[in-house]
Amino acid sequence: MTALKNYLIRHAQNCVGALGTMTRQPLASGLTIAVIGIALAMPSALNVIVRNGRAVAGGWDNIRDFSIYLEPGTPLAQAQRLQEQLAGNELVASARLISADEAIIDFQNDPEFGELLNMLARNPLPHTVVVRPTAAADAPALQRLEGELSARTDVDMVKLDTEWVQRLNAFLDLARRAVWIAATLLVGAVIVIIGNTIRLDIQNRRAEIEVSKLLGASDGFVRRPFLYTGFWYGLLGGLFALLLLGLSLWLLSGPIERLAALYGGAFRPLSVDRGTVLAVLAGGLLAGLGGAWTAVARHLAAIQPKV
Amino acid sequence: MIRFDNVTKRYDRGREALRGVSLEVAPGELIFLTGHSGAGKSTLLKLIALIERPTRGQILFEGRNIGRMPDRAIPRHRRQIGMVFQDHKLLEDHTVFENIALPMIIAGYSQREIRGRVRAALDRVGLLDKEKNTPAMLSTGEQQRVGIARAVVARPKLLIADEPTGNLDPELSLDIMNLFHQFNEVGVTMLIATHDLVLLDRLGGRRIVLAEGEIRSDGNAREPA
Repeated sequence: MTALKNYLIRHAQNCVGALGTMTRQPLASGLTIAVIGIALAMPSALNVIVRNGRAVAGGWDNIRDFSIYLEPGTPLAQAQRLQEQLAGNELVASARLISADEAIIDFQNDPEFGELLNMLARNPLPHTVVVRPTAAADAPALQRLEGELSARTDVDMVKLDTEWVQRLNAFLDLARRAVWIAATLLVGAVIVIIGNTIRLDIQNRRAEIEVSKLLGASDGFVRRPFLYTGFWYGLLGGLFALLLLGLSLWLLSGPIERLAALYGGAFRPLSVDRGTVLAVLAGGLLAGLGGAWTAVARHLAAIQPKV
Repeated sequence: MIRFDNVTKRYDRGREALRGVSLEVAPGELIFLTGHSGAGKSTLLKLIALIERPTRGQILFEGRNIGRMPDRAIPRHRRQIGMVFQDHKLLEDHTVFENIALPMIIAGYSQREIRGRVRAALDRVGLLDKEKNTPAMLSTGEQQRVGIARAVVARPKLLIADEPTGNLDPELSLDIMNLFHQFNEVGVTMLIATHDLVLLDRLGGRRIVLAEGEIRSDGNAREPA
């Protein structure tokens, strides 16, 4: 019982002691923490942006509506037949006919266009069928349908409204992968930074390590302070990264709100979710302990007491 | 307590530091190892502390063959032994108190025990008022007394000392040797390597003379005058 208590007290002392050693060289430790923080903040900032982008684009994922503009002068009855035919198609969830007369009423209500349209002898607008495909409809089948419709003599053009959503999604997929690659590389960099810092630390305390080994210190005893140093670098680096992340998002919040207003408020303000916070801290700690462990494994064994 | 059976130690460059050494150390003995430098005194002590391993032969420490001891068991073995070095090997960036406390911290004693025993050890070597100093603030003799306090603080079964008075003038040397005597009287087994023959003539105890890696003589010196 007392042995366990003494052991835990030793751990607590190592833990606090490692922090104390770091504060004795505030500039060097601070710079190391800053570098770790920046390295961790970059992929997490990218991740937050991509994640929020996906949340927005995700709402449009299933919107694959297209509009069929009929040739001017096509009789309304023919347009209705086309609408009925499409409504019966298994790929189509709904097909809505907007007749030329209905369309022009919308425009006439507009104060600017209203005047203009009144000057025209006849309605320049075509009948339009707006088609919403079913969720089950796959892209090649829809493309075939659109091709068939375009080929009809009474169809002027088929317009996909949603190509940009697909492009955005493709871009976001690319960005997400880029975030993963960047995160992997930068966490690797953090491991190297911490490993190197601890290697120097080990060299500076070489005498202490040698004497401790002579006095019967186990490998675990010698290793512990350095592992705690890695732990602190990882934790403080991670916290600094979160600070940088919060600061960046705060700086971006103004432009984002303006952008959101332009898109009719579809954007929520950028937020750091709990997952990102945990990932940054876990990444920092993992890199801290990993870096410390590699340094300790490589360099401590090499120090054997010489008498 | 310790038994050497025909122990040979050959270093990488082929030099044989010890050749077929056999000896036995009983608990509570005070033994001086003498001989010229290079005679094998340091090597013999290093083999006991497992800083080196024997090339041939057996070394039994309380019945266990330590020559074959796995690396991971070495720390536990060393904790049974107090070591005093010629250059005392104190940590310059730690206080006297912290230096002496180190073996007890390593062995996992509680803060309270450490405080009590370190103070007691400091008292025994007469440096109770210097506990907050760093080693650099002490004289050479005082530094060596701190080294001795560190060696005995965890109450080892065996104390080994390699030229503990090598850097000291005769008066301080005698002082240090008397300190060893005191610890021996409370039952600590001691192996002290020294080539200070003048000093030895003033001390009793068993004396083992080494030359070229072999034991030349082994026996009790005449009682000090």
